[in-house]
Amino acid sequence: MVAQLIKRLASLLVVLFCVVSLTFLLIRISPGGPFDGERKIPAAIEKQLLQKYKLDGSLWQQYTGYLGDLIQGDLRLSTKYRNRSVNEILAQTLPVTLTLGAVAFTLATFFGIWLGTVAAMHRQTWQDYGAMFLALAAISLPSYITGPLLILLFALTLGWLPAGGWGGVSHLVLPAVVLAAPAAAVIARLMRGSMVETLQQDFVRTARAKGLSESAVVYRHALRIAILPVVSYLGPLAAHLLTGSIIVETVFHIPGAGGFFVHSILNRDGFLLGGMVIVYCVMLVVFNLGVDLAYGLLDRRIKSHA
Amino acid sequence: MLDPRVFQRIKKNPAAIASALILLLIVLACVAGPFFLPASLGEPGPSQYAPPSRDHPFGTDLNGRDVLYRLLTGGRISLLVGLCGALVSLCIGTTWGLVAGYVGGRTDALLMRLVDILYSVPRLIFILIAINAFNAGLQEWASAEGWAWLAQTSRIAILIVTLGFIEWLTMARIVRGQVLSLKERQFITAARALGQSHINILLRHLLPNLAGTILVYLTLAIPAVIIDESFLSFLGLGIQAPQASWGSLLADGAGAINPVRSFWWLLVFPATAMALTLLALNFLGDALRDAFDTRS
Repeated sequence: MVAQLIKRLASLLVVLFCVVSLTFLLIRISPGGPFDGERKIPAAIEKQLLQKYKLDGSLWQQYTGYLGDLIQGDLRLSTKYRNRSVNEILAQTLPVTLTLGAVAFTLATFFGIWLGTVAAMHRQTWQDYGAMFLALAAISLPSYITGPLLILLFALTLGWLPAGGWGGVSHLVLPAVVLAAPAAAVIARLMRGSMVETLQQDFVRTARAKGLSESAVVYRHALRIAILPVVSYLGPLAAHLLTGSIIVETVFHIPGAGGFFVHSILNRDGFLLGGMVIVYCVMLVVFNLGVDLAYGLLDRRIKSHA
Repeated sequence: MLDPRVFQRIKKNPAAIASALILLLIVLACVAGPFFLPASLGEPGPSQYAPPSRDHPFGTDLNGRDVLYRLLTGGRISLLVGLCGALVSLCIGTTWGLVAGYVGGRTDALLMRLVDILYSVPRLIFILIAINAFNAGLQEWASAEGWAWLAQTSRIAILIVTLGFIEWLTMARIVRGQVLSLKERQFITAARALGQSHINILLRHLLPNLAGTILVYLTLAIPAVIIDESFLSFLGLGIQAPQASWGSLLADGAGAINPVRSFWWLLVFPATAMALTLLALNFLGDALRDAFDTRS
């Protein structure tokens, strides 16, 4: 267990190193500097700016200097939002993104498992076909189609919910639903497949023979085993939902990290982008690790080996 | 080779037939439609934000351009990027998977490890960076070489290549898995015993047996690439104005609805067109997968 943890953390460091290097190099070798604007800056001032942001010297010197600062936990200053450090920007925006992601994650897991189980219990009836049609539709449609349409319907035409912004619980409903829908659909499809298989196993027949009600058989006995494939999907999903709400944040005008992410690329704000990329990668790897550990706890037959 | 029974199975699936018809209709409309409409519809006109009417069945936008015309020409770009991007990913993924599965051993381990690593990297980040990094370079190069057409369409070209480059991972895994089981079959052993070259075995014996898998994957990769492209265009990073793709039209539409006044036709029509296309492609892909899956 400990050996596995160490191994996984080591591979995290390797991935992080590769990703950070690639990001830094791509941003630095791409044409256009971080201080290019409408007006040309005088050479002397540009030189001072480059010095302040530690972007002078050869590419190799810049790169090693940056890595050195990263190791000390300093994500440096943003080159666009002057005098704000990347650490500061992340500290302000990440909580918003994480809240939205966590709500969407809970919604997706709950509804996905429920929908998939119902479909499996009523196999090849209208409930099954309806649920799977809904799931495929939700998977096919990206959030920038469903988001604006839901705003048009629920916020602007019916006036039930706010169209965007951040504040109360009511602001969370639409974005969380839009973010959760495709994830819930994937979970539902996984859940249906594995539940159909589980319901044919011997222990389920035993449970039925004992005279248990169908819901007790499904929810108390079969669910525990059938949920395993879903659990392995939850890791990447959590990372995706907690970090991947760029579009949803844009559509609903939510002050999360997503907007900064896009703008950091457009503004060639290399350090801000680097900080974002690091956060994203760490989350992805950590959640995958968490899922592997949870897997072993749910089913003792699985020996965890990395 | 493609099994004729597959087509019989698909014929029995009403959702698949309906999807194929809808797709055919959309593709025909986008490819041929603009030829039958006056090109002036795509130019700024006098009627700003006109609601749907007889002259403009889907209304007009901020600059008085006809939404239907923009939708059809935008669809051309979206579908073109989707198809070409999927083909690029198909070529890379198939080659990668074929080589990994057929050669096996250390080569296989190395190639598949690389795929694992690329899976764990947030891919869209790299498209965003790559587009910004390479677009200016390609444009300069194209105008220096005197290729005006490439300079004008450099963004589309870059989109096709980069999107193809990030969507091939799944394909590589699927093809490798298939090759691993196929290469143990007797017809491969026979081909080898007859002294056929490796290239011959790969291209003449393995590839035809993968046709079904590849076709299924293609129908699923096209919507994936279309979604990626419209994601970028929606954020303003993909296709640039005055050119349009469904993604940028959707972005315009999302910006045109607000509590004061909603120009709903700018949003609803592009959303419907794209939703129909994506749904049809996914339903078709799903039906094809079921049809090829002989076990069930």
